[in-house]
Parts: sequence; structure tokens; C-alpha cells
Amino acid sequence: MKFRSVFDIIGPVMIGPSSSHTAGAARIGRVARTLFGKQPEWARVHLYGSFAETYKGHGSDVAIIGGLLDYDTFDERIKTSFDEAEKVGLTFEFIPEEEEMDHPNTAKIVIGDKDSVMELTGISIGGGKIEVVELNGFPLRLSGNYPALLVVHNDRPGLIASVSNALAKQGVNIAHMEVGRKEKGKMALMVIEVDHLIDERIIEELRSLPHITQISTIAE
Amino acid sequence: MDVLFNSVKALVALAEKENKPISEIMIAQEMMVSRRTREEVIGQMEENLKVMEAAVEKGLEGVQSMSGLTGGDAVLIRKYMEKGDTLSGNLILDAVSKAVATNEVNAAMGTICATPTAGAAGIVPGTLFAVKNKLNPTRAQMINYLFTTGAFGFVVANNASISGAAGGCQAETGSAAAMAAAAIVEMSGGTPQQSAEGFSIVMKNMLGLVCDPVAGLVEVPCVKRNAMGAAKALVGADMALAGVVSRIPTDEVIEAMHKIGQSMPSALRETAKGGLAATPTGKALEAKIFGGESAGRDNTTS
Repeated sequence: MKFRSVFDIIGPVMIGPSSSHTAGAARIGRVARTLFGKQPEWARVHLYGSFAETYKGHGSDVAIIGGLLDYDTFDERIKTSFDEAEKVGLTFEFIPEEEEMDHPNTAKIVIGDKDSVMELTGISIGGGKIEVVELNGFPLRLSGNYPALLVVHNDRPGLIASVSNALAKQGVNIAHMEVGRKEKGKMALMVIEVDHLIDERIIEELRSLPHITQISTIAE
Repeated sequence: MDVLFNSVKALVALAEKENKPISEIMIAQEMMVSRRTREEVIGQMEENLKVMEAAVEKGLEGVQSMSGLTGGDAVLIRKYMEKGDTLSGNLILDAVSKAVATNEVNAAMGTICATPTAGAAGIVPGTLFAVKNKLNPTRAQMINYLFTTGAFGFVVANNASISGAAGGCQAETGSAAAMAAAAIVEMSGGTPQQSAEGFSIVMKNMLGLVCDPVAGLVEVPCVKRNAMGAAKALVGADMALAGVVSRIPTDEVIEAMHKIGQSMPSALRETAKGGLAATPTGKALEAKIFGGESAGRDNTTS
């Protein structure tokens, strides 16, 4: 089941005009911001399909930048996010692409600062719900049927065990889990789909573990 | 993930077996999947209700969208109602004006609550705040109204679609109007089965509705489709309360909506390439708003 909560139906509270093209776009930007873990200094946003055709009318551009400034879907500052971006020194570029993707509402966000670069591809599936399909070249094979955690961490022995222990401690059952890394001992990624909605208690529990760089939730 | 229901048949059966309204079943399921207390779940819905109230209020004061395509119609309808000589009656027009008010706020990039989407956000609150004046519900009953709409929307979202890009406007304003009808029936003292009948009667009259927004904006014809969706919800609820039943069961109506959506060409699913968007005037408005460019394309750089 893609929709689990009544608040997926009656919600989100958001700035108009479109749940998929405005609220969903803001959420894709915000997941990228959360995973980057700090304010990016620049952003290149590639838009595909219906996003590319209608992004200006739907305010998808201001919404994505709002998300990159860590604004929630209901933050009034979304409307003036371009000005806010200038204030914090975030430069950006929107590139509408011709290429056809699997999903009509797809955005690829490349963000960075002087130290690091991150690339995330997200899709907006309706009613403000989103899925992340790729992170830094790792394809994420999320079913979308369960709430998911994305954990960016240093590649160290025992870390997978400590994450699953922490989840067990919170009574959370893992439905599906994938791990990947680019290079031995460097950045690695865990994608964990679980049976329950993820709350702040679970995130805090994971945050307390060593070698975890960033945590984000998808399909919350 | 385990849920209590994933069909209208199961939802109604559960409500009947436990002798509870549909809203209570939805609250119980939400507590189960989110592992939150009853107070937390109800509290969040009350916050959504406050957002809806504020949006209606703002829209009735009069707003304009940035494109200039929509705004001010809610005010026009209220002024007409004040003359006291309407044809369709003040309850229907009250719902219509409040639905329009919400969608005008949405089009103007104001704050709204998606029900189930932003484009269809007027119908559920529009009908709620109109029947409120007739039925004098408690605050708790108003919150329950939203849970009942959510229960039906949950079944639609998981078995069909609530996205205009996937299923056309029938999936958005169609679902919203049918959800509202079910909740009006419950608030009026109807049975869970009568809620399902109200849902079916309205959904059947929304089947085939395409998503063809001019210039890709959630304005024309979205605002007026919310107006008519609110009116249909009230009439459908009255029919169900009168004892009228749908010959086609609700879950089969939802499945029919899904299949109709799948067979719609993409030009009629939120791409601004067919229907009203492709009329000479629709095209001219698009050119005017985006200065000869289409609704997307051409790069934006800071």
C-alpha cells in the first residue's frame, strides 16, 4: 500500500497550488537538504516530464529552493524562497530536460558547497507524497509500500548490526534492507524499509550511534 | 503493513460489526499504523481543520492569483446570496462559495490543507463549513467528518488514484466530492452503508472527468470543478439519506474510476496539452501568462 496514513489523504498542510508539483517538489528539495546535512551553496536542478512542462505555473521551482532552505510544505517563505536563497548565498539553476523518465514528475537535484557534492533524484507520486529513486549514483529500489529510512554512514564493521539493534530496541521491524558503498572504508548508504511509521524517537536513537553522518525519512 | 480495511466493503462491515461510525474505524487504524495516541491523532486533524477554516475565511475576503486567471468569485457568490433570492438554495451556494474560496487561496499560493490534493482542496472544507450551519456539530464531530472523508480517500488512493496526472480530474475532484458525500451522510445521522451509497452516487457522476488545466495552472477549470463537486456532494448525500442505493457496489465504482483513468490519453492527464487547455483561448492565455513560452521550459537561473 502506497498510502498508509489518513494524513496522506487529509493533508499535507501546504502552500498552493499543487500537492504533487508544489508540496511534493518542496519535499524532494528538503530530503536533499536533510541528507546533505548543511546549507548547500549551489544547486543544479534537472526537471523531467510534467515537472519540466509546468514547473513555473505550479511554483515547483520556488518550492524546490524552499526545500533546499529546509522549509516545510506549509512555510510561507516558499513564495519568496529565491530572495531568501540570495540572502544565505545559495545560487541555483533550473534545467528542464527533454528526456523521458519512468515517472512523469521527476527531479534530479545536484547540490554542493566547497567541501562536498551530492546528487539526489526524487519523484512526486500524488497528494504530496514523494519517493527518492537515486542518491549519489546508488539506485534506491524502494517499493514505496513501507516507510523508509535513508542512513548515510562511514563504512565501518558492525555498523549494520548496531543500526538494526537500535531499531529492534524501538520495536521497529525491518521489512527490507539494502546496503551499498562507493569505496571500501568511505561513504556508505543503508536503505531500510520498516513496518511502522517512523517517529522522532527512532531517528534520535539512530543519531546517537557513532559513524552515522546523515539520516532522512522517505514516504513518512 | 497491517491495516484494518482496504476496501469500502471491509470498512462498512467493520463499522457495522463494532457498531461504530466510520470515523472511529479510521482513527483506530491511524493509531495502529502511526503508533500514536488517540489525542495525538485527533490533535493533528484539528490542526488541519484550523488551516481549512483560515483558508475559507481568507478566500471569502477576496484573493487574486498571480496569473490573474482566478480570484474574487467567492466574493461574487456571497454577494449574490445576500440578496436572498437564489435558485439552488443557500446551503448549496454556501458550500460552493466556501469551496471556491479555498481553491482561490490555493491558486494564490496561500496555505491550504490538501483533501486529498491541493487542486481538489475546496470540496471537503466547503461542504463541512456549509453543513455546519445546518447541523450545528460539535468540534469533535467536525474533526470526525475529516476522518470519514479520509477513510474513503484511503481506499481510493490505494486501489485507484488521487492524482490528476495518473487518473484525471475524476481522481481528484471526483474523489473529494464522493468522500465529502460520505462524511455529510455520517454527520447527518446516516448509517455507514448509507455513507458508502452517497460516495458511490457522487463518484459515478464524476467518472470520466479529465484533467486539462489551462497553462498547467491549478486554476481554470479547477476552481469551478471544486464548486460543482461541493454541490454534487450535498445532493448525493441527500439521495443516500433518502434511501437511494447504488446498483454498482462502491468498490466496483472505484475500480471503474481506476480503469477509466488508465485508459485516458496523457493529453488529458495534467499535461496542459488537451481539453480546455488546448482551446484557442486556453492557448492564448498560456502565451499571455508565460510571455509566449510554455508553462515550463526556458531556464531559470538565480
